[in-house]
Amino acid sequence: MFPPHFDYHRASSIDDALDVLERHRDDDPRILAGGHSLLPDLKNGRASPDVLVDIGEIDGLRGIESGVDVESDTDHGTGQTAIGALTTYADVLESDHLERHAPVLTDATRVLADLQIRNRGTVGGNLTAAEPGADLPAAALAADATIHVRGPDGERTIDAGEFLGADGSESALGERELVTEIRVPPSPTGGYAKKTHPASGYAMVGVAAVLEIDTETIADARVAATGVLEHAVRLTAVEDALVGERVDEAIETAAERAGETIDPADARSDDHASGEFRVHLLSTYAAQALERAMEVDA
Amino acid sequence: MTGPRKGENESEDEAGGIAGPARREDEALLTGRAEYTDDLRDPDAAHLAFVRSEYGHAEIEGIDATAAAELEGVLGVYTWDDVAASESPGVLPSSTGSLDCEVPAHPVLARDRVRYQGQPIAAVVAENRYRARDAVDAVAVDYDPLEAVVDSVEATAEGAPTLFDGAPDNVAATTDQGDREATEDAFDDPENVVDIELENNRLISSALEPRAALAEYDAAEDRFTVTMTSQSPHGHRQKLAHTLGLSERQIRVISPSVGGGFGHKGHHHPGEAMAAWCARDLERPVKWTATRSENYLEGAHGRDHRTTAELAIDDDGAIRGLRVETHANVGGYGLDGGASMPGWYGGLLSSQYRIPAIHCETHAVFTNTAPVHSYRGAGRPEAIYVTERLVDVAARELGIDPVEFRRRNLIEPDQFPYETPVGASYDSGDYERGLEEALELADYDDLRARGRDRDDGRLRGVGVACYTESTGGGFESGVVRVHRDGGVTVSAGTHSHGQGHETTYANLVADVLEIPTDDIDVMEGDSDSIPTGTGTFGSRSTIVGGSAIVESAEAVLAKARRFAADRLEVEPDAVAYGDGEFSVRDGAESGSGSSADTVSFADVAGMAYGWGVPEDMDPGLEETTFYEPDGTAYTFGTHVAVVAIDPETGELELERYVAVDDCGERLEPTIVEGQVHGGVAQGIGQAVSERASYDGDGTLLTNSLDSYAVPRASHLPEIETGQTVTPSPRNPLGVKGIGEAGTIAAPPAVVNAVVDALAHLGVRHVDMPLTDEAIWRAIRDSK
Amino acid sequence: MTTHDIELTVNETEVELTVDSRTLLVHALREDLDYTGPKVGCESSKCGACTVELDGDAVKSCTVLAVQADGASVRTVEGFADGDDLHPIQQQFSAEHGLQCGYCTPGMVTTTKHLLESNPDPTREEIRTALKGNICRCTGYQNVVNAVESAAAALAAGEGESAPDDVELQTDYPTPGED
Ligand SMILES: Cc1cc2nc3c(=O)[nH]c(=O)nc-3n(C[C@H](O)[C@H](O)[C@H](O)COP(=O)(O)OP(=O)(O)OC[C@H]3O[C@@H](n4cnc5c(N)ncnc54)[C@H](O)[C@@H]3O)c2cc1C
Ligand code: FES
Ligand code: FES
Repeated sequence: MFPPHFDYHRASSIDDALDVLERHRDDDPRILAGGHSLLPDLKNGRASPDVLVDIGEIDGLRGIESGVDVESDTDHGTGQTAIGALTTYADVLESDHLERHAPVLTDATRVLADLQIRNRGTVGGNLTAAEPGADLPAAALAADATIHVRGPDGERTIDAGEFLGADGSESALGERELVTEIRVPPSPTGGYAKKTHPASGYAMVGVAAVLEIDTETIADARVAATGVLEHAVRLTAVEDALVGERVDEAIETAAERAGETIDPADARSDDHASGEFRVHLLSTYAAQALERAMEVDA
Repeated sequence: MTGPRKGENESEDEAGGIAGPARREDEALLTGRAEYTDDLRDPDAAHLAFVRSEYGHAEIEGIDATAAAELEGVLGVYTWDDVAASESPGVLPSSTGSLDCEVPAHPVLARDRVRYQGQPIAAVVAENRYRARDAVDAVAVDYDPLEAVVDSVEATAEGAPTLFDGAPDNVAATTDQGDREATEDAFDDPENVVDIELENNRLISSALEPRAALAEYDAAEDRFTVTMTSQSPHGHRQKLAHTLGLSERQIRVISPSVGGGFGHKGHHHPGEAMAAWCARDLERPVKWTATRSENYLEGAHGRDHRTTAELAIDDDGAIRGLRVETHANVGGYGLDGGASMPGWYGGLLSSQYRIPAIHCETHAVFTNTAPVHSYRGAGRPEAIYVTERLVDVAARELGIDPVEFRRRNLIEPDQFPYETPVGASYDSGDYERGLEEALELADYDDLRARGRDRDDGRLRGVGVACYTESTGGGFESGVVRVHRDGGVTVSAGTHSHGQGHETTYANLVADVLEIPTDDIDVMEGDSDSIPTGTGTFGSRSTIVGGSAIVESAEAVLAKARRFAADRLEVEPDAVAYGDGEFSVRDGAESGSGSSADTVSFADVAGMAYGWGVPEDMDPGLEETTFYEPDGTAYTFGTHVAVVAIDPETGELELERYVAVDDCGERLEPTIVEGQVHGGVAQGIGQAVSERASYDGDGTLLTNSLDSYAVPRASHLPEIETGQTVTPSPRNPLGVKGIGEAGTIAAPPAVVNAVVDALAHLGVRHVDMPLTDEAIWRAIRDSK
Repeated sequence: MTTHDIELTVNETEVELTVDSRTLLVHALREDLDYTGPKVGCESSKCGACTVELDGDAVKSCTVLAVQADGASVRTVEGFADGDDLHPIQQQFSAEHGLQCGYCTPGMVTTTKHLLESNPDPTREEIRTALKGNICRCTGYQNVVNAVESAAAALAAGEGESAPDDVELQTDYPTPGED
């Protein structure tokens, strides 16, 4: 419960951060953002880096902008919203723009952790740590987010699924790469439903849903779950059951298929909820998430 | 009982209704000025930390502390060998005398075997707490893991691993309460017997302040001062003396502000003992503060009973007998009285009912888990839970409303004092009135009439639990010391850790002495300056400590009256007293013209310490009372829980919670209410979310707040309270304790409500905690 | 190991101190600066006893490195009262008996302030949700929620003023001093 020794550097800019990471490449350097996943890991002995690079004071990494690249301040003309990696949950909740254009993120952030943690934790940190019951990974998958990173080899863009290892593989984030922003395409619908773990406050089960609706018919659906497996996962059976159906008819039958693709034996289990129970809960929470998504649209 | 008071608490009407500070202790607590043990700064203090067993059961093959000892800033690394070579016995007290076996007591550091995960193996002292943790990590322990057993029933089965050679079946003690033969007779008609098998889940008290101690050793005086977070300073002095091999006079225990206790801070653990031991060895103050996880690993935990019970009923629905067998898990060692506690737990099995015959057989069983000891309620919640569950099941099986079944069997008001077959002597009560009051507050008839289903698809249930609670055992000391200027210092051997004694005691004394509470200081928590006392637990402080203080205050007033009589030149019974002033009673013969008309309390104090006190009087105005009540006071009441369950997900909502308690006279109604709220919250925690659980190897799975679910504000319902008042005839204040009522009543009330909601599906019982999954499974398995 | 010279403004007083990289803010406040108002209940961000205001935001100081706070301003519960006058939130915690052992109280008071700044008139349910990060093991939260409600009313009625009559409280027992 006390962190081990490490060296601490406060980065003044992204370049500075990348520079320090590079210089300390052999010291298992770690980026420190809000610290609300990393510090618990340090205290528990789950991480023991020799160097921490605090990016917390890099102003360019903070903020929510519409259609604008946060870092370079240029319009990339995609209509996407850019969320700086260091944007806190409290910042997310204050953004009317996000609530209108990416309500799934707002909805998930509302029930994320608690008031104090929402003042400190960051969107970039949340997606990078991608803890098993974290809320934003599911929301990012449903929102079809892309993650923008910079590293020794320059800039690149990673699709949320790959970044989060949503198919069970390792995250695509490379060593010494820094997340700069998260971009989400505009979507007026979106909802998140969470069964909060009574002890940890993370999701026992959380489902995020974004729908694209074309005159009463579901043109596209992205539904993702967290808490059930070690990583967030798309609920493809639900998505398939929704597309092409009428909005008012499809939800219940589609949601029933939520657990189909997950083997309870693979699911997370603890004293409060077994894998079997978590998989069982998926349908209920998928239905709730879908209903919330439509409410927002209406 | 309580008259109007003077002083600070009268701010009620000032400034249009600001409720004045509810308690005297609040301001210091609210501003951060109050000091808890870890807040104390001693620049010289070194920090103690423990290397703890990773295994639930293992032989220790070797300990390599070289690397740790070499770390800069490390002052000492100690193992059992160091303790054994010292003048201290180094084992914690244990009530093994009352057990059926000869087993070693808990050593402060493991000898050669560890019997629960988290048992201390080595102690490390370093310049600061971070360094101490580094050193802990640097100690290498070589274990030879042994097969473990964590369940109290499995531990008594053939072939189970054993913890101690002296207890080959792992049974520490088997105890009988009640009359076995009479009870067997009551069960002669097997037709009307209802049974149940249930578990009372293992809990962790989870006081928010972790255990902590700051120990100093004065070599010249060969004397220790141990400042520690304790709810029983004198109790800890006694226990430390045992562990360190000292006389009690060589130890001063100071207990500053205490951040919650719930039983746990009355127990003695290796931390404070080793802090003292190391302070002597290093000739430096040594501070120890447990982490949250250490608190969880080390225990003492609470509850953990597995019980089978049967109720015999006659055709009219009258209870004839109750038969109970319990396996109580006492953990890896008998910690103090922890292992003998199960032997008396059955004392409340009669609850509020006339049960002609009761028999309870209890096996206290060692397992590879943290030691178990008293936790808020301590045996009483376990007993009431058995009876209140069984009564509910019986009513349902007889087709009688659970409330009606209870009514038929309640002890009547004219039956007090009532002797139960398990040795309890109930002092006073009006059980039916409490029950009816609770039903009315809860709108029971309406709830019943509305039935189980509502249009939101959720299932409703109502649960009722009646209870009794034994409160106020043992003696307590109470001192009222009047100073020369009339100021008063009150002290008692109890120790407040949230109960607001400063307020209660000051008000009690202000009532007797009729002086402003501002003139009264209350002192607790210093074994040197307060006569030996017992402590604050078992809902005893107001009853026993309060009575001791009041008795002292009355003696002080009587003596003051005699001084006043001398000054007023009348006989003492001609002296009237009011509002801090003595005068000659109306119509009484007054003395010679030269005497004063009145004399103030402060003047009398001056006289008591002046030159030449009146003839036939001793100087001084101070009284000490050691008080023991005439018998136990039995609090009682009825709680009602209303639940809604989502049958799809098992999600439970506590829609309402009603608590009607009768704790006799309520001296400080606000504080009493607060005690009810806190107890109910902990009882609901037990019912719905808390369980300390181990895997089969003895690894504690719930070793932090990440996994052990302490209720948060959003998990709890509004707690609605009501009261009846039936004074206790067994103490002068007419009070009964209230600290534990909620932890006793809430678990059966909530479980009864959930089972009520699910009964139509064939669900007869669900074990606590009633997690969503537990409820979901009960529904699914019933289908 | 590296040490760092840092500057903090604590309760409006500027201080300089040297900390290890790994020193947690709560320990720097308590041990180096003697602000023992923030308590340590779990050292794992679960209990909220260590809550302080960091640059105006309520945060858990056991999960912030002291060096991360370099240059920041911190307010602990010691900085709430105005001289001898308790902050209205503190007043209402006392008036409503929203504290027993008091160990959670500094954190509760700090979180409450943050809640009421963003939501001056919260419902009881909103209060319960906002206090999710603060554990109290003594009060069952009943009187804590009452205290926050009364504090909201008191603040709405003007700093330090009493609660208006229309505050709806769940309990109506007398304060000690009455019968
Ligand atoms: C008590 C508690 C309860 C919580 N409950 C929830 C909950 O209910 N739901 C939930 O979703 N989360 C929860 N969290 C986690 C919390 O949201 C964390 O804040 C979040 O997961 C990590 O964000 P951070 O900014 O604090 O990251 P940090 O802890 O600073 O970093 C996390 C990881 O990401 C890396 N990293 C951070 N930023 C970057 C970047 N820009 N580029 C590259 N790497 C980076 C770090 O190196 C580290 O490995 C909880 C945390 C706590 C302590
Ligand atoms: S001590 Fe920081 S949250 Fe518990
Ligand atoms: S008052 Fe004791 S923890 Fe809240």
